[in-house]
Amino acid sequence: MATTKHTLVAIVRDRPGVLNRMVSLFRRRGFNIDSIVVGHSEEPEMSRVTIVVNGSAAMVEQVRKQLDKLVDVVRISDITGENITVRELALVKVKASSGTRSEILEIADIFRANIVDVASDSLTIEVTGDEDKIDSMLKLLRSYGIKEIARTGRVAMVRGTIRVPSQVEGRKKRMI
Amino acid sequence: MKKTGAQIICESLLAEGVEVLFGLPGGSILPFYDTLSQYPQLRHILVRHEQCAAHAADAYARVTGKVGVCVATSGPGATNLVTGIANAHLDSVPIVAITGQVARPFIGKDAFQEIDITGITLPITKHSYLVHDAAELASIIKEAFYIARSGRPGPVLIDVPRDVQLEQVEYVPPGEVNLPGYKVPTRGHPTQLKNAARLINEAQRPLIIAGHGVIISGASEELKKLAETAQVPVITTLLGLGGFPGNHVLNYGMAGMHGTGYANRAIDNADLIVAIGIRFDDRLTGKISAFAPHAKIIHIDLDPAEIGKNVRVDVPIVGDVKVVLEAMLEMIEPREHLEWLRQLEDWRRQHPIEPAREGSGLLPQYVIRQIYEATGGDAIIVTGVGQHQMWTAQHYVFHEPGTFVSSGGLGTMGFGLPAAMGAKVGRPDRTVWLIDGDGSFQMTIQELATLVQDKIAIKIAIMNNGYLGMVRQWQELFHGKRYIATPLSCPDFVKVAEAYCIPGLRVTRREEVSGAIAQAMAYHGPFLISFAVEPEENVFPMVPPGASVAEFIEHPQKEVSVWPRQNTP
Ligand SMILES: Cc1ncc(C[n+]2csc(CCOP(=O)(O)OP(=O)(O)O)c2C)c(N)n1
Repeated sequence: MATTKHTLVAIVRDRPGVLNRMVSLFRRRGFNIDSIVVGHSEEPEMSRVTIVVNGSAAMVEQVRKQLDKLVDVVRISDITGENITVRELALVKVKASSGTRSEILEIADIFRANIVDVASDSLTIEVTGDEDKIDSMLKLLRSYGIKEIARTGRVAMVRGTIRVPSQVEGRKKRMI
Repeated sequence: MKKTGAQIICESLLAEGVEVLFGLPGGSILPFYDTLSQYPQLRHILVRHEQCAAHAADAYARVTGKVGVCVATSGPGATNLVTGIANAHLDSVPIVAITGQVARPFIGKDAFQEIDITGITLPITKHSYLVHDAAELASIIKEAFYIARSGRPGPVLIDVPRDVQLEQVEYVPPGEVNLPGYKVPTRGHPTQLKNAARLINEAQRPLIIAGHGVIISGASEELKKLAETAQVPVITTLLGLGGFPGNHVLNYGMAGMHGTGYANRAIDNADLIVAIGIRFDDRLTGKISAFAPHAKIIHIDLDPAEIGKNVRVDVPIVGDVKVVLEAMLEMIEPREHLEWLRQLEDWRRQHPIEPAREGSGLLPQYVIRQIYEATGGDAIIVTGVGQHQMWTAQHYVFHEPGTFVSSGGLGTMGFGLPAAMGAKVGRPDRTVWLIDGDGSFQMTIQELATLVQDKIAIKIAIMNNGYLGMVRQWQELFHGKRYIATPLSCPDFVKVAEAYCIPGLRVTRREEVSGAIAQAMAYHGPFLISFAVEPEENVFPMVPPGASVAEFIEHPQKEVSVWPRQNTP
């Protein structure tokens, strides 16, 4: 079956074990999770979880339904294919000598990245964007020697006034 | 008023209407047990192995419709519950398991008998709690019972550290349960209801497959009305037995791997399948791509994750079966499908469920039919797992919901005896028969002691064939008769029973069967009969693994061996 990348967004209750339960549903089916991001949401005591996973549409929908059944998952939807804004943040520590420093700064500039730390033999760059943008910048920096990378994984939001996930969920339901 | 955590647990159990607990104590749950002396309303039944506490609670829940409760200590006590919890999970049975845990300061340090039981049971519980504060206990217990019994029922585990049980806090009765993420769908979508009704009104060869969901939802009456109004034949899953009267003219028995030939033919030829409260388990569907090739499918189930999981569905209806059927009945028009029914009757004649043959040795099917005759179908029948379970499903006629208690999804050998115990405790007014295999019975045989200590008067029929029969059948049919690890050396079960002060009989001939059953039923306490049945009798019809349900094997007229077998160890 053809697999594609799916982005799932969930609002979950801030309870011990909720992440464990969610991840377990993927593990059981042998899914490899590309990234999972958890943070506060606009609601008190609720967290927003963004999961990126590779799988067939039918399999992912089956897991989504199972996730939706978890007591602490308030709502969840698969926003793949929606009109979404996707962002990831990366911190990159790259080797820099007096000879390469200005070239690196130039690359950072092209990608609208910030220099957040400067040391005698390295620069730390902070970049935000979708995965492609970050990958491209890393590709360019690779030749200088990358010492360390920290990436957050994807967060996503549907464009426009729709509040995800409940509304997308509502529309999906009506389509069944 | 200040109360200890243990007292709060007891108060909360009483508030939930709990009358019985099945369990076995240990250090980490001792403060709770100590408190039981203050709450004589809570009857505690001491099992001999915690697995049996969970199975007993499970069966208790199935026959009463209430939530079953089991209790165990931390560590090995808790891990012993695991099979029982998994069983309840797969058969959607509401139980609450309370486990002791080491005191809070010891958690996470591999302290004596510390085990991460909420972690271990994570995939087999509907929800679970590790209680950090006695002040949370009352609301957690209320929530746990609500989650266990509402929606699609299932097991909930509450892990209570020893020092939380001892902690004194102000007892405040809990408020309403507030679970923002917990959805309980009730009524189906109106458009889909209309679509379903239209398909039913238009169908030429409609067929209802009724499952456990019908029984859980209490929708037997509605199902009967639907079947009768639209004149639709009904077949059931294993756990659907009893959801539609077994002696109803429209009942065509159980379908699936060991279902009736006519039920499986019906699936193969129907033009509409109304699947009610079932989950299209592979034991029902056979080869999934060949399932019901001519049929549109309406699937009614409470759990949205079940819809479209295994088969493509034309009309999905997510809702409580009873509520959905009520609403649908308003749109169903009276119909006749005489030709279709005539066809089914032909199949019934061509593929009869093998009647007990004359002239051969003692057949388990015959014994089961005799138990049916003696009880008039009025008993609660509990089984182990294996051939005897399938023969019971085929040969006993179940008239009412809640009269067949069996491990469906997990297929847990050893379920029988503790489940029969739980069923009898839940329904002391009913005769409870355990029909068990010699292998299954030996997995939880120690509970004979519980029967005696707690005066639980069940009747036990062991189908003693000296084999792990069902596995031997697979070896005979698919593995060149290489009977590896299936011949079973059994103790003299009557002597074993006697050692527990339970009277028993050994039956080897068919003439003795009805007399022995009558004697067992006349006795006021538990009673055991060991039937020395045909060792190599097989369960037929059978859909071979991987085949479509239409490709069932009928009873081959093979020579049957005689008892005792030569290779009895
Ligand atoms: C706990 C457990 N272990 C193994 C199995 C696999 N199994 C299924 S049926 C069966 C044989 C059951 O033998 P018995 O209880 O004597 O019943 P019979 O089939 O002979 O009627 C076995 C071993 C199982 N279902 N459950």
